[in-house]
Amino acid sequence: MRPRRRSPLVLLLALGVALAATLSVALAAWSWAQAQDPPRTRTVVITIHWSRFQPSEVRMTQGDTVRFVIHNTDPIDHEFILGDEQVQDAHEHGTQASHDGSVPGQVSIPAGQTRTTTYTFERPLSLAYACHLPGHYRYGMVGVVRVTASG
Amino acid sequence: MRGRAMVRRWVLAGGIFAMVAGIGVEPALACGGLVGPRGSVRLARTTTLAAYHDGVEHYVTSFEFNGAGTKFGSIVPLPGVPSKVEKGGAWTLQRLELAIQPPVLAPAAGFATADARKSAQVILKTRIDALDVTVIRGNGDAVAAWARQQGYGLSPDAPEIFDFYASRSPIFLATSFDASAIKARGQQQGDGTPLHLTIPTPSPWVPLRILGLGLRADQQVQADVFLLTDRVPTLLPAATSVDPYGTATGMAVIQSQPASSRLLTDLGGDRGMSWMPRSGMWLTALRINTTVARLHHDLAVDVSGKGRPSPVAAGLTWSGTQFASVAAAPPRVPAGHAAWYWLAGVLALGLSGALLSVGAARSRSRRSRQRDGTGGDGLGAGAA
Repeated sequence: MRPRRRSPLVLLLALGVALAATLSVALAAWSWAQAQDPPRTRTVVITIHWSRFQPSEVRMTQGDTVRFVIHNTDPIDHEFILGDEQVQDAHEHGTQASHDGSVPGQVSIPAGQTRTTTYTFERPLSLAYACHLPGHYRYGMVGVVRVTASG
Repeated sequence: MRGRAMVRRWVLAGGIFAMVAGIGVEPALACGGLVGPRGSVRLARTTTLAAYHDGVEHYVTSFEFNGAGTKFGSIVPLPGVPSKVEKGGAWTLQRLELAIQPPVLAPAAGFATADARKSAQVILKTRIDALDVTVIRGNGDAVAAWARQQGYGLSPDAPEIFDFYASRSPIFLATSFDASAIKARGQQQGDGTPLHLTIPTPSPWVPLRILGLGLRADQQVQADVFLLTDRVPTLLPAATSVDPYGTATGMAVIQSQPASSRLLTDLGGDRGMSWMPRSGMWLTALRINTTVARLHHDLAVDVSGKGRPSPVAAGLTWSGTQFASVAAAPPRVPAGHAAWYWLAGVLALGLSGALLSVGAARSRSRRSRQRDGTGGDGLGAGAA
């Protein structure tokens, strides 16, 4: 008995169907995963080198909870103060010598060490993160977090 | 022979005194090269003379102060390890200053128109009058850490500037002026203590960038630099001709002429200055007048006659490689992008499966064709 020969058109159709099926399944799985996932804590790594933040700009989505991991590679102390203009102004002219991390988004980082702080971005807006040790902000130790609306 | 001697016996004398303009109400570290604990005391002026003879550099530095604090100091990058540190001469720096007093500065006929985290190693420690002097070796981080351990605060630009110098010469001179000791000795505010360092080195340069330490980028740095050489020197960066206010490089030649025998005799008659030749020297006076942002270099001087000052010695080849390496670190993948990577992976897997299926189908088809077309071969016959 001679086997039946498949034409190239049939093979292409089969390939197309397979791809479409795979895509559909993948999209469905991804949508389901998105719907089932609880709010996650994201991690952003920031490096301080030569009294500069790297990166100097971070983009977030409204509702994100972010764990900032800040590496201070400098031989001098720094701090990470996240907040709006009012917060920055208060720290620039304030007298608080150090920040133990108990306030979300505010932590001191000794020379050569790493500290973490967690912050939830509840509204779409832009916030700054800066170091307010004497002269550091003016030297350029400032970055920005741009928070966009969810959905 | 005379030519060789001229090459070997070149003398470079550089005097720097930073008259920093715009020192505001936060003068903690507002003078070039100064490190201070709380800003209650700052240097009124730092004067430095660097001279070279037979491959040996003679560094004469004087510190003056004002204010009422208890302790302050300065850090000066050096081109090599000093073999001797002693009290400097009584009038060398003052005499050199006289050479560029206003009547001399005015353009006139006859002037030319032209190991990352290792600890710092203490190489030498001594006390001269009320000045504690320490020579340390280490990279930028180590020197900064050492300074902090001694109780000094460092400005935010210190890590980069220390790396800038340590990449060429990891030798620094740190001085600590004890105000209580000054008082006990009966010294008055404004009195200076000169230091004389003897430094064998084949590659001298004049540190300029350190003058901006602790200043804002837009603040002015003004300094006068003296060169005494056996030949007319070639400078890098090139200074402009007579322009007391500086131009593109912020450096202007305000005097370039043979040094008078009277000047050389006066300098050579001071304590520890007998090595100074009494004639045959060329005097170049430069005025630095620029902003901190633009003063990202030092001054390289070539007196070999080849006219090729070293761009490395001038600090022009240093581009902050450490910063670049940090900036080039692999970026974090945001969570939103990770979902798309996952989706792409699934699609790739599906595509691979589909291609395998097609390949298997074609293979079966090929075998069928072989059986149909070569039914009499041994294999086909045997299989049948």
